[in-house]
Amino acid sequence: MDRVTTSRRGRPRDRAVDQRVLSAAWGLLHAGGYAALRRAVELGPAGVIRELTDSKLLGRGGAAFPTGRKWDAVARQPIRPHYLVCNADESEPGTFKDRIVFEQDPFSVIEAMTIAAYATGSEHGYLYLRGEYPLAWERLVNAVTQARRHGFLGDDIMGQGLRFDIELRRGAGAYICGEETALFNSIEGFRGEPRNKPPFPVDAGLFQKPTVVNNVETLVNVLDIILEGGGHFAETGTEGSTGMRLFCVSGCVQRPGLYEAPFGVTLRDMVEMAGGVEPGRELKAILLGGAAGAFVGPEMLDLELSFEATRAAGVTLGSGVIMVLDDTVPLVPILLRIAAFFRDESCGQCVPCRVGTVRQQEALLRLADGRPRGSVDDEIALLDEIARGMRDASICGLGQTAANAIESAIRTLRPFAGAGAA
Amino acid sequence: MSAVPVTLQRTVELEIDGEAVRAREGETILQACRRQGQDIPTLCYGETLTPVNACRVCMVEVEGSRVLVPSCARKVEEGMKVKTASERVRHARKMVLEFLGSSVDLSTTPSVDGWMAEYDARPERYGPPAPPAAAGERDHAAAGHHHAGDGQTAAHVAQPVKVDNELYVRDYSKCILCYKCVEGCGSDWQNTFAIAVAGRGFDARIATEFAVPLPDSACVYCGNCIAVCPTGALMFKSEHDHRKAGTWNESQQTQTDTICPYCGVGCNLTLHVQDNTIVKVTSPLDHDVTSGNLCIKGRFGFQHVQRRR
Repeated sequence: MDRVTTSRRGRPRDRAVDQRVLSAAWGLLHAGGYAALRRAVELGPAGVIRELTDSKLLGRGGAAFPTGRKWDAVARQPIRPHYLVCNADESEPGTFKDRIVFEQDPFSVIEAMTIAAYATGSEHGYLYLRGEYPLAWERLVNAVTQARRHGFLGDDIMGQGLRFDIELRRGAGAYICGEETALFNSIEGFRGEPRNKPPFPVDAGLFQKPTVVNNVETLVNVLDIILEGGGHFAETGTEGSTGMRLFCVSGCVQRPGLYEAPFGVTLRDMVEMAGGVEPGRELKAILLGGAAGAFVGPEMLDLELSFEATRAAGVTLGSGVIMVLDDTVPLVPILLRIAAFFRDESCGQCVPCRVGTVRQQEALLRLADGRPRGSVDDEIALLDEIARGMRDASICGLGQTAANAIESAIRTLRPFAGAGAA
Repeated sequence: MSAVPVTLQRTVELEIDGEAVRAREGETILQACRRQGQDIPTLCYGETLTPVNACRVCMVEVEGSRVLVPSCARKVEEGMKVKTASERVRHARKMVLEFLGSSVDLSTTPSVDGWMAEYDARPERYGPPAPPAAAGERDHAAAGHHHAGDGQTAAHVAQPVKVDNELYVRDYSKCILCYKCVEGCGSDWQNTFAIAVAGRGFDARIATEFAVPLPDSACVYCGNCIAVCPTGALMFKSEHDHRKAGTWNESQQTQTDTICPYCGVGCNLTLHVQDNTIVKVTSPLDHDVTSGNLCIKGRFGFQHVQRRR
């Protein structure tokens, strides 16, 4: 398999060795480092955005928004300053792609952020890293320091008169801070709570200024788009989902890990790439897209992994999570864990999410205990009502998706079927 | 008289429940609806406060929007098609009312009983309320930790009333976390910042710094939080004591408008009097000096009036 996004990354190396390599004159050792930024400067800001638009790159954080359009919107904003934010608060359960990018090639993100800043006219960037990533943090701090020292960040990047610097921020363990507007609040020193949209970040984001906010994986793709050209990039993948995708394959597979594949592979391909389930066991379910995603059964193994195909099937790729459960794994405790997770991580700002996640957990606990209020079907109907309320009325994606995995599991895997009515 | 500056206000045409409506640019959907005579329930909305759209009871459906939108915060747009009573809207309001009704004491929240009936909200279907928390327990709940229980009782914010000063009480069993007190205390009006939201999720609560009692906090007792509280969680101690004794009788009260005697600002006061005793002081929201706000003297300094020899 031709690897694009992760091509510059070697095998995971020993930590000490890695530090030594990076603190040496890394620019020379680093295969292909900063070639994309040089090319971007040749193209000019409008040229970069044109390549991005041609590439049809869609955001990899979960919402699948066209990156070129986002950059263009900010670039055109007359209000200054513009801000650039890299959302690296990777907190979706089952997701670890950004961590591996930072641990193995932090410079790729810094370079991509510099290109994004150049294209959108931002001089100040923030990188908000999940607090629980100590090794990624260490390497990122080192990489930013090195980049500054060698003139790849600062007032005159590569002698081109380009001014950009990155301020690193660490999360403090709140899932909600991965929501882009809650992340802005967190950077600004406020409580991590989402803001109402509109206004959207491209109009009024960080410090109420036009802001580009991109996921780590989205940014890393930019390097290849600039180097190969957007048109060439768009040849990989499917019609509606171009390029490669990082999949975080975990759970009951023989070789769990981070896998890169072009959009359009099937779920079966990915499970097989990760070695499939252990011999003698049977694949029972897959959590696709993370805790905010959905469960699918083995009948969905031929699902094409692209934004359009998953959307048509009523599921989501989310942050690229493929969590495999075999027949040895009891499903109900996993559902309870997901319900507890959303209850714990709701910020508490809006009623549907603050109370809905609690009521959802309580109904599941009653079902798991075999002590439903009324019949099992009554409880399932109640869960469905709670889910609709949360999806329609919550402020942000957390509440809107907090019932997805549980609802999908109940619908397709029927964990409570046959449980007697009280 | 000085000249009044004329600002040209553009109008926006939109559709509310199939009816063509003209609204002023910059108005919210709620304002446009209310002018049409449409009643939309609200809890966290305050006409003198920045909308926080946290309660989600005023949700409406806007064509083209994936989710419902809060009418209190969303501005009208040209060509917008709004539905205020669709099945989705009614369901969302019902759920919000049920969620609040099953987790908060709404006994002193005006209008809520009517809304419960209108939207067929049945908070009791989530089970009996969980026993009240001990005093101070919820003040120190750690984010990300909770006791799951068995789901047989419905989690509730019930807890003892905080009575730590002579002027007002904080009954957080009645708090729906509408943020209005935080806004009134903070950047919207008072700029004292004595209270803020602490904790996360269901454990989120309004708190002073480190949950210290009010006399040890930054509170200046302006009472502007009481003025905006929609549920009676923040209440004059006089009203609280009357209610506790069963002697609170709003139908017997008179309201007298006067001007605060303490300084030259000229704040309007509305004295709420029961049995010839002042039991509460408010200020009209539309008064151009106060916008409903007062200071400790206007709000609480009325004892001399009734000190009879």
